Amino acid sequence: MSDYNFAYLDEQTKRMIRRAILKGLAIPGYQVPFASREMPMPYGWGTGGVQVSAAVLTPDDTFKVIDQGADDTTNAVSIRRFFQKTAGVAVTEATSQASVIQTRHRIPEEALRDDQIIVYQVPIPEPLRFLEPSEVETRKMHALEEYGLMHVKLYEDISQHGDIATAYAYPVKVEGRYVMDPSPIPKFDNPKLEMSGIQLFGAGREQRIYAIPPYTKVVSLDFDDYPFQPTKADHACDLCGAPDSYLDELIVDDVGGRMFMCSDTDYCATRRKQGHVGAQGMPYEEDAA
Amino acid sequence: MYVAVKGGERAIDNAHAWLADERRGDTAIPELSVAQIREQMALAVNRVMAEGSLYDPDLAALAIKQARGDLIEAIFLIRAYRTTLPRFGGSNPIETEDMACDRRVSATFKDAPGGQVLGPTFDYTHRLLDFKLAADGEGADVPTAAPSDAATPHIMSFLDREGLIQTEPTGDAVPDDLTRTPLELPASRALRLQSLTRGDEGFLLGMAYSTQRGYARNHAFVAELRIGTVAVEMEIPELGFAIEIGEITVTECETVNQFQGSKTQPPQFTRGYGLVFGMTERKAISMALVDRALRWKELGEDNLGAPAQDEEFVLYHGDNIQATGFLEHIKLPHYVDFQSELELIRKLRREAHDNISREAAE
Amino acid sequence: MQAQTLEGGFANLPVDASHAFRAVMTAMARPGDIARVQGAHPPSPMSMAAGVVVLTLCDPETPVFLAASHDTPQVRDWITFHTGAPFTDARGAMFALGAWDELPLSDFPIGTAQYPDRSATVIVESRTLSNDDAILRGPGIKDKATLSLPETQRFQTNAALFPLGLDFIFTCGDRLAALPRTTRVG
Repeated sequence: MSDYNFAYLDEQTKRMIRRAILKGLAIPGYQVPFASREMPMPYGWGTGGVQVSAAVLTPDDTFKVIDQGADDTTNAVSIRRFFQKTAGVAVTEATSQASVIQTRHRIPEEALRDDQIIVYQVPIPEPLRFLEPSEVETRKMHALEEYGLMHVKLYEDISQHGDIATAYAYPVKVEGRYVMDPSPIPKFDNPKLEMSGIQLFGAGREQRIYAIPPYTKVVSLDFDDYPFQPTKADHACDLCGAPDSYLDELIVDDVGGRMFMCSDTDYCATRRKQGHVGAQGMPYEEDAA
Repeated sequence: MYVAVKGGERAIDNAHAWLADERRGDTAIPELSVAQIREQMALAVNRVMAEGSLYDPDLAALAIKQARGDLIEAIFLIRAYRTTLPRFGGSNPIETEDMACDRRVSATFKDAPGGQVLGPTFDYTHRLLDFKLAADGEGADVPTAAPSDAATPHIMSFLDREGLIQTEPTGDAVPDDLTRTPLELPASRALRLQSLTRGDEGFLLGMAYSTQRGYARNHAFVAELRIGTVAVEMEIPELGFAIEIGEITVTECETVNQFQGSKTQPPQFTRGYGLVFGMTERKAISMALVDRALRWKELGEDNLGAPAQDEEFVLYHGDNIQATGFLEHIKLPHYVDFQSELELIRKLRREAHDNISREAAE
Repeated sequence: MQAQTLEGGFANLPVDASHAFRAVMTAMARPGDIARVQGAHPPSPMSMAAGVVVLTLCDPETPVFLAASHDTPQVRDWITFHTGAPFTDARGAMFALGAWDELPLSDFPIGTAQYPDRSATVIVESRTLSNDDAILRGPGIKDKATLSLPETQRFQTNAALFPLGLDFIFTCGDRLAALPRTTRVG
C-alpha cells in the first residue's frame, strides 16, 4: 500500500472534485456540495484545501503552502511534504514563483498574477452558520437571497459596540448574489479577494467547494454610515519596516514588551533581501534565519 | 535584535521519532503482536472496525497498536486507509435471520424458538477486579456443546404474524452511501442508519440515554439482541449467481416501541433498528433507540425539540473523526485571526473609554 | 469490440487528466480564453478536445446526452469503455455533447434554487473557435473578452437565469473555450 495514485486521490474522486470546482467557478460564491473523502490528516486541518489542491495540481506545478502567512508553520510544512511525496511537485516559499498556493488564514501581500491559483482551507464555509445553525435553513436563505439576518447581526454589533465586531472571516457578497465566507482571513485581506488569480475554497469536513473567478466583484458587507474598513496593527514591521503589511504581534519579555512582524514571511524576507531594515531588525544575511 | 522562529520541519521529524519511541514503551517489556491485540482486545478491535467502516480484524488490531490504544486515532487510520480502497461492487443484503448466534436474548418473550442464549457476556459478572489475571491469564477449561441446528427466527416475525408490528417498506434500491455522496437533508432512513452505525459509540450512547430519560421518550423494549456470524454473498455477473465471499460477525438489535394508531388504523408497535460490525451490543442498542427517535416524522409523532429527534444535529455531530479533527484543530496556530480580534477589542475599548470620559466631563 | 474503442484514451491517466483539467478549469475561470489540449483520440465526429473533456470529467456518476450527430455506436462504445458514463435523454444530462443546432438546450437541467450546481455542462462541437465576434463581460474577464459564438440570444437568456443556467464548453479540433452562465454576452 505504499504506492498511492498521483496526488494521493484516486481518479474518480478527483473527477468528482473537478466537476465541483467547475460548477463553483460558474456560480461564484455558491457552495457546491461534494463527497469529501477521508484524508490521511485530520478534518479541520486543511482536508478541503488538500483535496482541492490534489484535484488541481499537475506534475509541472510549483507549490507553496502557507499557514498564518508563514511557510514554516508546522501544518504548512506537513501539507507541503504531503504533496512533495504524493505528487512530486516542486515547492517554493516565494509567492512569485508558485503556480498553486494553498493557504490557511491569509492572502499573500504580493498581488497574485493571472497565472496563479490560490486554494483556501475553510473550516466553516457557511457565512450564516453562526446566526442559523441549521443547514436546511441556511440553504433556503441562499436560495431566496435572504440575507437580512446577516445585516441585522452587523447592525446589532454597531449598536452594542459602535462598530462591526467581526475582525476575520468577514462576510462578502460575490458578484452581487451570494454572501460568502472568505475563510478566516483577517478583514485586512478582504480587498485582495478581487484579484487576477483563480481562487478556490475547500471545506472537507463540511463537504463544500466554492470559487471566485478572476476579476469577480467581491464586496465586504457594510453600511453607508459604517463603511467597511480593513485594519491592521498600527505599526510598521519591526524586521523589514513594511508599513503596509499585516502583522503578527509577539510578546518578547515578561513586562509587556512586544514587537510586530509581517505575518507573510516571504514578503518580509524578500524586503529584507532588498535591504529594508525595521526598527528591531538586522541587515539581511543569507543564512541569518 | 530578533531572529524569527523557524524549524517547523525539524520539529515535526523529532516529534514523530519521539512518538515512535513512546509507542514502544519500555523495551524490557515484550512487544505486543497484532495477533495478541486481535485475540485479546477483541472488543476494541470490534469498535474500530464498526466506526472505521471496514471489516478487517487484523488491520483494526494494527491500527490500535499504531495508535497506542487511542481508539479514535485507530478508527481514523482505518478510515483513511478505507477511502483509498477500490470498490468492486456491493454485496447482497446479509440475512441476519440465518445468523449463527453466539448470543441471542429477548426482553419481550420469556422463550421463543431458538431460545435465549446468553453467550459470552459481561452482563452478570460482578465487576470485581480479577487479580488472578495480573499474573496468569490462561483460560480455564470451558464446557462446550455442539452448535444447535434449530432455526432462530427473528422475534419480530412473531409480532409481525399478528400484525402487531408496523411493517417496513421493502425494495431492491441500492441504498445511498454517505461516503460517496455529500449528505443531504432530509436523509433517507438507510442513510441515517449508515451514519449511526459508523457514529461514535459514546455520542450514540448519550443520545440514546437522553431518550430514555425523557427527551423524546419512546418506550423501547429490546425485542431481540443477537450477535453471531452471517455469510456475505455477492452476485457475480459472469457466473449469474451469488457466491459466498466471507463471513462477518455482527450485532443486531431490534427494539419494539410504543404503539400508535388512529380511528382508521388499529394500533401497532413501532421499531428501532441497530446493526453494527462485530460484538458491539452497547452500540447496537444505542443505535436502535436513536433510529427510533429520528423516525418521529414518518410515524406522525410530534417534534418535541429533543436532541435525539433532530436529524441534522445527530447526523452532523455523531462522527468522531469529523468531530475530533475539528475540535483539535483549535490548537493549530490562529495568530492571524486572534491578532485581528486583538486589534478590534483594543479599538472598541479605546472608543468606550473615550465615551465614558467624555460623558464624565459633560 | 473494435480496436478503435479500446484506443484513444489517456496514455498516462492521472497526469494527462491533471493537465486537461487545468486547461478546462482555466477556460471556465476565464471565459474567452482558448486553450489547447491533448491526449485523447476519440472516434469521429468527436473532436480531440471533446474527447479530452469527456475523459477528464465523465464517469459512471455522470449521465451523458449525445446529440444526433454524435450518437453513433462508435462514440457510445468509446465513451462507455473509457469512462463508464451512462447515456441519458436531455432531461437527465449532467453532460451533453453535440453540434450547436442539434442540442435541445431547453431540456437540459439548469439546477434548482437550492442546488444551482445540478445543471448540465454542454460540450458544443464547433467548426470554428476564435477570439472574435461576440463581446463577453462578467466574472473571469478583466474588462471584456471576445469569442466566436454560434449566436448570442441563447446565451443572454441563459445568463438571465443566474444563478441557475447551463455552462458551455466549446470544442474545436484540439482547442477549447468555455462560457459559464455568469458571462454576459453583448
